[in-house]
Amino acid sequence: MSEAALPMAAAATHADDLRRDARREQLALFGLASPALLLVMVVLVIPVGWLFYLSFIGADGSFSLENYERMFDSKSYRRIFWTTFEISFLTTGICILIGYPLAYFLAQLPRRAANLCLITVLLPFWTSLLVRTYAWLVLLQRKGLINEWAIDLGLWDEPVKLAHNMTGTVIGMVHIMLPFLVLPLYGSMKAIDRDYLRAAANLGAGPVRNFWTVFLPLSLPGLFAGALIVFVLCLGFYVTPAVLGGGKVIMVSMKIASNIELFVNWGAASALGVVLLAATLVILFTAARFVKLDRLAGGGH
Amino acid sequence: MAGWLSRPASETQVTHGQRLWLYILAGIIMLLLVAPTLIVIPMSFSDSTYLEFPPEQWSTRWYDNYFGSLEWRSATVTSLSAAFLTMLLATPLGVVAAYGLHTSQMRAARLTFVILITPMMVPLILVAIGAFYVYVKLKIVYTLAGVVIAHSLLALPLVLIVTSSALKSYDMNQEMAARSLGAPRWKAFLTITLPQIRFAVITSALLSFLTSFDEVVVAMFVSGGDNSTLTRNMFNALRDQIDPTIAAISTIMIAITTLLMTLAQVFGKTKEGG
Amino acid sequence: MRDSLTDTATEALPITIRGVTKTYGRVHALDDVDLDIRSGEFLTLLGPSGSGKTTLLMVLAGFIRPDRGSLRFGDDEVIRLPPHKRDLGMVFQNYALFPHMTVAGNVAYPLRLRGISKAEAAERVEKALETVQLGGYGARRITQLSGGQKQRVALARAIVFEPRILLMDEPLSALDKKLRERMQIELRHLHDKLGMTTVYVTHDQREALTMSDRIAVINHGRVMQIDTPSRIYDHPANRFVADFIGESTFLPVGRDGPVVAYEGQPLSYTDTPPSGDLVLMIRPERLRILTGEAREANRFEATVTDIVYQGDSYLMYARLADGAEVAVRGVIRSTTFSALPEVGGSVTLGLDPEDTVLIPAGDAPDE
Repeated sequence: MSEAALPMAAAATHADDLRRDARREQLALFGLASPALLLVMVVLVIPVGWLFYLSFIGADGSFSLENYERMFDSKSYRRIFWTTFEISFLTTGICILIGYPLAYFLAQLPRRAANLCLITVLLPFWTSLLVRTYAWLVLLQRKGLINEWAIDLGLWDEPVKLAHNMTGTVIGMVHIMLPFLVLPLYGSMKAIDRDYLRAAANLGAGPVRNFWTVFLPLSLPGLFAGALIVFVLCLGFYVTPAVLGGGKVIMVSMKIASNIELFVNWGAASALGVVLLAATLVILFTAARFVKLDRLAGGGH
Repeated sequence: MAGWLSRPASETQVTHGQRLWLYILAGIIMLLLVAPTLIVIPMSFSDSTYLEFPPEQWSTRWYDNYFGSLEWRSATVTSLSAAFLTMLLATPLGVVAAYGLHTSQMRAARLTFVILITPMMVPLILVAIGAFYVYVKLKIVYTLAGVVIAHSLLALPLVLIVTSSALKSYDMNQEMAARSLGAPRWKAFLTITLPQIRFAVITSALLSFLTSFDEVVVAMFVSGGDNSTLTRNMFNALRDQIDPTIAAISTIMIAITTLLMTLAQVFGKTKEGG
Repeated sequence: MRDSLTDTATEALPITIRGVTKTYGRVHALDDVDLDIRSGEFLTLLGPSGSGKTTLLMVLAGFIRPDRGSLRFGDDEVIRLPPHKRDLGMVFQNYALFPHMTVAGNVAYPLRLRGISKAEAAERVEKALETVQLGGYGARRITQLSGGQKQRVALARAIVFEPRILLMDEPLSALDKKLRERMQIELRHLHDKLGMTTVYVTHDQREALTMSDRIAVINHGRVMQIDTPSRIYDHPANRFVADFIGESTFLPVGRDGPVVAYEGQPLSYTDTPPSGDLVLMIRPERLRILTGEAREANRFEATVTDIVYQGDSYLMYARLADGAEVAVRGVIRSTTFSALPEVGGSVTLGLDPEDTVLIPAGDAPDE
């Protein structure tokens, strides 16, 4: 009797049906993300996973660490890593030095003027990176505009080699990365409550002291987020150093590409890729502990 | 002028005069941001092989060169097709995913969001060689479809982030109201939600287009032959010598970008007005 | 006498709720709710925030799927039906109007979904707008409307397709006090005119008392009491309801058979008290200041502790012999305020037997 009564009660309260309906609805909604998820899985996650696997396969086709050993033993590889970090640090540092005053200036402007000036940041941001790199190549070359004007002004007598070396690469990269730093920094400066500054001024802090003790600390999260985006993007950069470095500046990305294109050495390329990816992810995840990852990802746009 | 200089410029009573150094510095930086790109435009109309500024002789020979070259024309068509198709693929994919993750209360939604924005965190070169490897296996390397799929992967995070933030500020009660009035969920989304996040969707579409149109590294690996993109050809040409034709192409690309971004602004304005 | 937006009258439907339970983790948002809503009545779900009243409304609308339970509109089981198939009108707290459509576009939306011809829809939209006193407003944009007008459009949109059930989720909470009071009366008239079964959610007790046929007081996901406004006010079923609605003071009483006594003094009362432990509920406006020997009222000796002037009335606080403080509210007429005793003076308070309400000492129905 009681055994028969139980399903009857369940039917009247629809508990099972309701649970099923709820699960079905959740899955249907979640399922809307599945085409996108499929794309990311097939074109990104699985191939990168496979590269990871390849990096542990030696020339003879068996498991080996030789790809990593070669990377850490070889002088040329060490130099590539050194160059990559050097350029990334230099670019990030210069971006901070140039970007902070610019963002500060923009944040002080009234809304209309700020929007107008922001166009000067957004225009290069949306212009093709290749076009901008090309522009710098034209300006920096031996007979380029910079050399021409500098000689006319008497800054130097002989054409100086500005492109096809480290100088050119860093100039081009700073130009390309600057918007990535300025936009999040400007956003965080705009979000600073002006009352803090008034309060500090009221309490007797002079302008200089006010800036160093109140404004600067409050703008640091934005600066940190921006600098981080710049640094991470620099680590994996390819186009600008390839064009403006003229083959003399070799970064990790370029070595990966040449390993595939010239030497068809997937093992070596994969190992480099794994190290590059690991460095990127470690930086991003460490940063995620301090800055919200969404903001970081959306910071540039 | 003198009056303006002595007026306070901020909450901390610094005058514009004391700030002058900042204004000059910011002016120089802004000039340096814009000038290099813009200077390409007059240069592209120079008659000389050594891109002069200002040009001594004006001519459109580099544009003639570009339009006269079958290879450049074909690459342009490839790039425009790839960008257009990427827009058509990545936008609905990303918008629908953003909606699903926004409304689903499953715990996996948060993680899925992070997975879906990884394409913008992984270094491009890895995306490029990874896609290249898969495409060789799937036999779609050097095809337009391959370029579109890879570029959609890169555009997806932008669509997702832009649309998600629009959905966050959208009042879901409206969709509920529509459903209570008799609209099935999909219809409520199409007739009520979508029109109100349209600015985000249009922005996403334009960003997808630009992402594909400007992309170099992935295109280097997965495009080629008849389906070589404009950027791939430009990049290869740049490595060899400074061909002034590139200046003409760059000018055209700047024009396209400016046009698209202006469109985005115009759509943004109409939204605020309405 | 019921009227309709068109000539064909639609029948209102009763709603039967049985055993509806919804938990979020360990929290019971709805705890085995049984409720019968009569056909055509105006029923208010009243409770503090977090009580589960809105959850219950969302279950009715189909936006929240309960863990279990049964829900019937008339004879039809609808618990598994998606919102768009429930055919009920709903007015949301923030109106949830569609800003990308005109007023007429908003109101026509449910008609469009039902495949009603353009001409007929236009006619019905205008009629619905007239019903909410917004005739001729069809071409306006939503952003051009005031809060009260938005509220009316939301209402027109919810009734234009003649649903047999109308749900409202704190629809007046965003309006200012004067407009709110006017809208309360208007809504009530509209209900009387259209006659649909209406379920109204609010946390405002005065609103509930003003508008409802019956009030269901909700707390902790359970129905504490369901009754007419006057029964709810005058005869709360438990201490929670008494406390939540109106002001009241509770005095502990002893019980010995039919004799109920406060501080050893037997009380006279008219209604049979419920079984179990009791408390005496005293509403401030039911207490009187006794001068001379008045009828058969229960008498309380007290000391005045404070007197507050409130314009239309005064509030006098007094301490009883056992230390309990009671409030007395009286209407101010020309002489009464000056005639009140001094603070610190003693006063005799009277409570008529018919106002002597004895309620269970527990907080909830089954405690």
